[in-house]
This record gives sequence, structure tokens and C-alpha cells, in this order.
Amino acid sequence: MSPRAAQLQAFLDRTPFARFIGMEFETNGDQLIARLPFQKKFIGNGAINALHGGATGAFLELTAVAQVYLQSDLQRPPKPINLTIDYLRSAKGEDLYARAIVHKLGRRMASVRAEAWQGKDPDKVVTALQAHFLVAEDG
Amino acid sequence: MSEENERQDMMLKLMQQNARRIMSTVPWAQALGFELTGIEKGRAFAKVGWREDLVGDPDTGVIYGGVLTALLDNLSGVCINTALKKPMSMATLDLRIDYMRPADKGRDILAEAECYHITRNVAFTHAWAYHESRDKVIATAAGTFALNDISRWASGNAAMDIANKMLGGEK
Repeated sequence: MSPRAAQLQAFLDRTPFARFIGMEFETNGDQLIARLPFQKKFIGNGAINALHGGATGAFLELTAVAQVYLQSDLQRPPKPINLTIDYLRSAKGEDLYARAIVHKLGRRMASVRAEAWQGKDPDKVVTALQAHFLVAEDG
Repeated sequence: MSEENERQDMMLKLMQQNARRIMSTVPWAQALGFELTGIEKGRAFAKVGWREDLVGDPDTGVIYGGVLTALLDNLSGVCINTALKKPMSMATLDLRIDYMRPADKGRDILAEAECYHITRNVAFTHAWAYHESRDKVIATAAGTFALNDISRWASGNAAMDIANKMLGGEK
């Protein structure tokens, strides 16, 4: 694990919400792949065993935060300004994976896209997120 | 009053009578401690209390933004139910959230959602999260939801299922 990845792990370890959802990650160089091991509490519609959009959304937002953190030297996590979540397919009651691309990392703002999938095919996106973050350390 | 309006009125009354069950049957809403506090035609109100394990920034104690996303998403879905003329199931198509200011540590977050337009296939919503009043807004949401025939999709909403049964709809 790179020193920066270790810092990211330390940040997630001391962030209550990251522990609450049990997010894990691995890195390949600067690129992160996040995993959300399934828990029953993530269900939004028990009748069709579908994850809650808010659970998928929270995981994607945290993936985007983690990716920005990983490839920058920020001391504090980026703060979300806004985000748009597209629900493309119903997310089933099983593990979720996600990755994020930072389209722009400026001095004040970052623009990020994150995508989540289930199973083995990352191109079969179940939910996508587009977000802007404030990265200014004095913001 | 037309038959359609009577049905809608009855559905709303049923939802109001079963308000507690609407969010308590959704595991993720339950896990985050969402509480439905009111329902009107086309509007819904909820509350989530501050909790240590929902904190997103350990240095400030601010609740994680994703908790608000989940709250506004869920509440938007509920407010659509109150505006429908017959029970339907719904799925979020997209949800846009703007974060205006961080939520204060230790304070309840209130929320309201409004369904301002419905077509045959899509419902449009706005929602707000705030402390005490809308003057101090924490986040806003704009959502679109796909509507589906309840006979093909389970609603996942206990009160709507009750309404559907009482109105003689298909299970």
C-alpha cells in the first residue's frame, strides 16, 4: 500500500459514516476500486430485494471523495458542493463496486464522475454519480 | 366530488393513518433513523436526529452528506405517493443534490419534499433539508422518478400496499 493509500485508509478508519457502511478499497497506482460488502440495512425495497438509492448514492459519493483524496495531497477530505445521481438499473441486494474518474482537479474545485456496478462487469453500470467538490484547504 | 378524487382522498387518509409504517418498513431509512413527521397532498415531512455514527467529518462532527441524499430521496418518493391518483410503484431516475451549508453538530435535520408535476410515466420533485425552518437550508434536491404499474412491481411501501388492497387493486 502506497503512503497516500495508507493515509486514505486511516481517514476512512476514523470517519464514522465510512465505518457505518463498511466501505473497503484497493488501489492500482492512483486508481481506486471501492467495495461495499452487502448488509441487510442497505435495502430500500424488501419486496424486490433492491438496495436503497440513498445507500448506493452514499457509497458513490464516498468513492468520489476517496479518489480525489488519493490522487491529491489534500490534508482534509473534499467537501461536496453538488451531485447528480443517475439510477440506471435496479441495484440488487449484493456487494457493490465503484470507481471514480477525476475530470478536473483545480485549486478550488474538483469535478468527478463515479460509477457503481455489481458482479464482474464494470461496464454494466447500475448507478452513476457526477459531483463537484470544494478542495480549497481554507474553504 | 368525482370518484377519482374520492379514491385519492382515501389513499391520502390511509397514508396518514399508516404514516409510521411508511419509512419504518424501509431498512435503509430505519438504519439512518428517518422519521416521517407529516403528510399532505403532494407534500411530505421528515426528521433525522444527529448521531455519532453518521458523522462524515470526524474533525467537525458534521453529518455525512450521503445521509441527506438518502433522506431527500426517500422523502421525495413518499411525497409522490400522496399525489398519485392510484397506487403505483416508483424508482428514482435521477436525483440532484446541492449542499448549501454543513449541518450543525448535534442538531436535528428536518426535511420536506414536494411533488410539483406528474405525468403518466414520470414524477418531478423538489426537496429541502434544514434546521428548524427553510430559512436555514442545508441541502436541496431535485428529483425525477419513473412510475410503474403496481401490478407488475411490488411497491415496497406498506401503506401503499394496504391502500392498494383496500381499493381492490391487484396484489
